[in-house]
Amino acid sequence: MGKFLIRRLLQIIPVLFIISFVVFCLVFVAGDPVALMLPEDASPEDIEQLRESLGLNKPFHVQYFTYMLGLVQFDFGESFRYKESALPIVLERLPATLELATASMIVAIVIAIPLGIWSATKKNSPLDFLATGGAVLWKAMPNFWLGIMLIILFSVTLGWFPVSGRGSLSHLVLPALTLGTGIAAEMTRLIRSSMLEILNQDYIRTARSKGIREFFVINKHAFRNALIPVVTITALQTSTVVGGTLITETVFSWPGLGQLLIQAVNTRDMAIVQASVFIIAFMVILMNLLADIVYKILDPRIKYLKGEDICRSIHRLEIKIQQLQVQSRERLISLSVGCDFC
Amino acid sequence: MTEALLEIKDLKTYFHTENGVVPSVDGVSFSIKKGETIAVVGESGSGKSVTSLSIMGLVGSPGKIVGGEVLFEGKDLTAISKRDMRKLRGNDIAMIFQEPLTSLNPLFTVGNQISESIKLHQNASKEQAKVKSIEMLRKVGIPRPEKVYSSYPHLLSGGMRQRVMIAMALSCNPKLLIADEPTTALDVTIQAQILQLMRNLIHENDTSILLITHDLGVVAEMVDTVIVMYAGHVVEYTDVYTLFKEPKHPYTKGLLDSTPKIHELKDELQSIEGTVPTPGSITQGCRFQTRCPLASGKCFTEDPELKEIAQNHKVRCWLHEEGEVAI
Repeated sequence: MGKFLIRRLLQIIPVLFIISFVVFCLVFVAGDPVALMLPEDASPEDIEQLRESLGLNKPFHVQYFTYMLGLVQFDFGESFRYKESALPIVLERLPATLELATASMIVAIVIAIPLGIWSATKKNSPLDFLATGGAVLWKAMPNFWLGIMLIILFSVTLGWFPVSGRGSLSHLVLPALTLGTGIAAEMTRLIRSSMLEILNQDYIRTARSKGIREFFVINKHAFRNALIPVVTITALQTSTVVGGTLITETVFSWPGLGQLLIQAVNTRDMAIVQASVFIIAFMVILMNLLADIVYKILDPRIKYLKGEDICRSIHRLEIKIQQLQVQSRERLISLSVGCDFC
Repeated sequence: MTEALLEIKDLKTYFHTENGVVPSVDGVSFSIKKGETIAVVGESGSGKSVTSLSIMGLVGSPGKIVGGEVLFEGKDLTAISKRDMRKLRGNDIAMIFQEPLTSLNPLFTVGNQISESIKLHQNASKEQAKVKSIEMLRKVGIPRPEKVYSSYPHLLSGGMRQRVMIAMALSCNPKLLIADEPTTALDVTIQAQILQLMRNLIHENDTSILLITHDLGVVAEMVDTVIVMYAGHVVEYTDVYTLFKEPKHPYTKGLLDSTPKIHELKDELQSIEGTVPTPGSITQGCRFQTRCPLASGKCFTEDPELKEIAQNHKVRCWLHEEGEVAI
């Protein structure tokens, strides 16, 4: 396990380099921030002067080299807007985002696990139709729309929770619900289909033949097996969750990384964009690593020793295939109901 | 005569599918005495596995027992509560399945899975269950049982896993053991070992066995009485000697002819033409009519009954109904 962790942590480095290159290219082609920084009637000389002082007049490879030189020292340059080093500004916003993401995951898990298991065990019952139908409906609802609806109902009309901002626990409720229920919708369907498959396995029949109570058959023997694909897909979906935080944070003026990033994109504050995307990418990679560790705990068949990498790849492949099957099924359903954008 | 341990009377298990009702087991009756080994033989789709699952009360949706009785020590298992049924399962009636590779939960250790039922049915503490589990593993011939106790199933071979299944099934000294093709997935040498093991353990405890198989070699080796099933019906029911010596039903005869024999050199192995009809597809006449070389007249219009043609020998065939024995 120790060796495996070290190897995986080392693997992160090249991935981060590739990501930083892609981010740099995207920012480079996105356009000149100087146009936005100066008033409209600025003279061409002023523009040229500012570009030179920011180093934006240099060729691509020179700019990239400067950028990389800073990057290896964890320096993303100075924010045009805040006139400060970008990374501390980004890191300052990180706790708020982590708080929102954690709360949303808790909401998602608390809803999705019982609902998923329940609709799988009561397959084709009215309750199952309600749960799966609700999940599809929820998934079809865009985050920003759901957020606004919740604000109208619970903040404006009922006055139970604050409209926006961060501070007390009551500030957290609506954004966490907005993001969490969206994740729960996806997760419920996943747990349901995963459980349905596991409940047909031979070892579930064996467990029943031993006279074990159905409650334990489902929650001990089946659920742990069903969790394996759920963990993979949830980890792979971290990026979707991050996308969700961007929107949710903006709707609720939540002072997190997402809000900062969107503002930075609007003002072409490149240093902040680069630092934020870098930190988000790093978080996604860490989540995937965490998923690998969780697998190992869940499934004794997975070995992370050197010679047995093949075993692991095959297992991953199996999960991937399973996931594709689930996704294609989901896609079919969501196509017939609503948009897949959010 | 010893009293029957298990008596099945006119058992009907139907599957209610979108394409209509499928009678998988249709009016099956037989009984097992204490200490007796009985085999149910037939091709895939003949309803033998569903019969065994019906006894255990484990027929999954959309299947349902729609008629008949399963009397175990006089109690009708189709009528008792789920709770009482759970108490019997794994304790008085245990089951071994066909696929040792997939019948053990991959995420729990072998020990955990064996001691689970010991703890459940014998009110044993964790420690007592562990001691008993290791003893069972030793009994079924597993080397280094202490080590295997804490191993996960994927580390064991197929034969070993089937031994673990047997250890698990016999851990609470069941009165009846249902073995659903216990050796089908194993290679021949392991098959013989597993059969020998089952035979030894059963004699020790006077356990009755219901063996589901399509391997007539296993039947000849292990059992006292044989039930031949075809398309949800019992077509022949007799003791093992009579079955091999004087098979009466054309299907039984076909089955025996299609078994390779070591003393007969043949270029081509005989087979029964066609396949088992989908249950419910033959609504009129004998269910074997489509594949029977001797089918005629009445066979296409009326379904024969299971009739006793000699002592302890029942056959479901018009040829014997009318006293014609020449097949």
